[in-house]
Amino acid sequence: MYTLGIDIGSSSSKAVIMKDGKEVVSSAVIQVGTGTSGPDRVMGEVFKNIDLTPEDIRFTVATGYGRFSVEKADKQISEISCHAKGIYFLHPEARTIIDIGGQDAKAIRLDAKGNIGQFVMNDKCAAGTGRFVDVMSRVLEIPLSEMGNVHFKATEWAFVSSTCTVFAESEVISLLSQGVSRENIVAGVHQSVASKACSLVYRVGVNDDIVMCGGVAQNPGAVDAIRKQLNKPVIVAQNPQVTGALGAALFAYENVKWLPED
Amino acid sequence: MDSININEASSKELLGYFQAKLDEEAWEAKKAGKPVCWSASVAPPEFCVAMDIALVYPETHAAGAGARKASMDLLEVADKKGYNIDICSYARTNLGYMELLKQEAMNGEKPELLKTTKAAYVPLPDIVITCNNICNTLLKWYENIAKELNIPCIIIDVPFNHSMPVARHCKEYIADQFRVAIKQLEEFTGRAFDYDKFTKVQEQTQRTVYWWNKIAAYAYRKPSPLNGFDLFNYMALIVCARSRDYGEITFHRFCDELEAKDKAGKYAFGDASTEKHRVTWEGIAVWTFLGATFKGLKAQGSVMTGSCYPGMWSLVYTPGDFESMAEAYTKVYINTCGSNRYEEFYKVVSNSKSDGMVMHLNRSCKLMGLLNNEGGEYVNKKMGIPFVSFDGDQTDPRVFSEAQYLNRVQALSEMMDAQA
Repeated sequence: MYTLGIDIGSSSSKAVIMKDGKEVVSSAVIQVGTGTSGPDRVMGEVFKNIDLTPEDIRFTVATGYGRFSVEKADKQISEISCHAKGIYFLHPEARTIIDIGGQDAKAIRLDAKGNIGQFVMNDKCAAGTGRFVDVMSRVLEIPLSEMGNVHFKATEWAFVSSTCTVFAESEVISLLSQGVSRENIVAGVHQSVASKACSLVYRVGVNDDIVMCGGVAQNPGAVDAIRKQLNKPVIVAQNPQVTGALGAALFAYENVKWLPED
Repeated sequence: MDSININEASSKELLGYFQAKLDEEAWEAKKAGKPVCWSASVAPPEFCVAMDIALVYPETHAAGAGARKASMDLLEVADKKGYNIDICSYARTNLGYMELLKQEAMNGEKPELLKTTKAAYVPLPDIVITCNNICNTLLKWYENIAKELNIPCIIIDVPFNHSMPVARHCKEYIADQFRVAIKQLEEFTGRAFDYDKFTKVQEQTQRTVYWWNKIAAYAYRKPSPLNGFDLFNYMALIVCARSRDYGEITFHRFCDELEAKDKAGKYAFGDASTEKHRVTWEGIAVWTFLGATFKGLKAQGSVMTGSCYPGMWSLVYTPGDFESMAEAYTKVYINTCGSNRYEEFYKVVSNSKSDGMVMHLNRSCKLMGLLNNEGGEYVNKKMGIPFVSFDGDQTDPRVFSEAQYLNRVQALSEMMDAQA
């Protein structure tokens, strides 16, 4: 039995197909999100190299900010629940999740059964999220994919505030004009992300088993800064950008698992 | 203003009728050369009512403007006057509105916005009365009105209760404030205060409060015949008419309707199966998105059954006893220490049999915000039920994001499902 989870975020679209709620058959990511061609493209992409068609899918759950725009979805579930579900599937030991996506940063506390005890999210401000790092990479003229590598060449981190993406951009420009090295600025940008994310984690409580997901988890520099600030090991989930879609596919399976195979 | 049959009208019709009547009475007083007083929402109205002074409530006026999507225009008037966005949006809406009324009074011509605004048309005050039992912004806000209009300002100064129960010296101090306020009103009107009438007004206030509390208690029934959001609508009369019989008549009728609904097996959203979850809403309503916040919960099958906020007007005291009245006006939950507030919050959540809590992080009202995380965590530890918080504002629509709200409310519903 195949189920589909689709996560339409603010800056990317993700999809996961699962077999019997146990095995990931296919996953795909398109780096544009809600209101773009992303949702359609990711649907094409996730079926591209497998021997399945959309008709083979028994149930589809959509999540993310664009979840209500997915016409083929049978059900919509918030990304908070989906990330918790996906991470618990991959890491049943996880008790704290840090999810940093395009415009949201979340800290989620899980119990031993994978239930959400508490979650907090950023409000009104995208400082410290994926969009923040994206803007800074453009200002610094460093490809987003290279930000992590550059981070580890820093000798110290330059202070970049975490209150506003636009102001932080001006700060970075100012630091560049002062001759501060790009490496140190990149480390400062990641420190700024860590400061914002950790303030959320402190509110739900810091546990030992911390797992990170979302697009920013693919940036080893940001992960390093968070690890250092929390002074705790932080596990990066496998394929961290699709854990929400994975959780959605798992929820989809729970809706139909008692039905006979077609 | 159309008249209605008071004995046959529904509570909803009575609510609309009496709200309009209060504004009309204020205008009649103004036209007759009698004083009009602008009052803070939890300042005691008993003194002015006993002296036949018409009352207008800026907070309720601003909330009404917000609900009618009319607050933004008034906020912009305040913005242009230089008021900072960090100031309470009730204050800014009211100060913007006052500016329009002032222009009308000075130029003899209504500014265009005053002609077109959907905010209720109310007269300028001749005196103001405020009380710092719900916030300290009210002091500067009302002083500002008094200074701009060159009118008297009566302040009932209420100390913060750092411990509970209320200390005797605090009650005595507040009772003395009441006596000073009476003296100020006597000087202002040139008339002697009628203490017998005052006691009657206090008795009326107690009857209104009795019925108000009874309405809220209907939500404690499971399933609830009361949609808790209705408290936000009916609140206008506990604020503006608790010392008149308008509130009593309306609330009594509403209780009768709720009793009949309950007996007929009709609940907040229909039959019993529509009540999937029960939630406590903490904080002032998002008046500018009242429908959206209500529908967001309803879509998840979540009925609001509890809130500390409407309980601010549960002002129970003994008529004729100044210190008892002083105690009622000072122990408003947001004027008390954290431990008392959390316990009050816990009582509401447990009495309302809530499965979860929705906390409005209100940019305008920092004082109420204290219950949001600390209070939520306190109740979470005692009852194990989840809570979510969202950013919003009572009347400044620029602060609220519907998508973010809906996301959190859906997540709360899923957490409640997981616990069921």
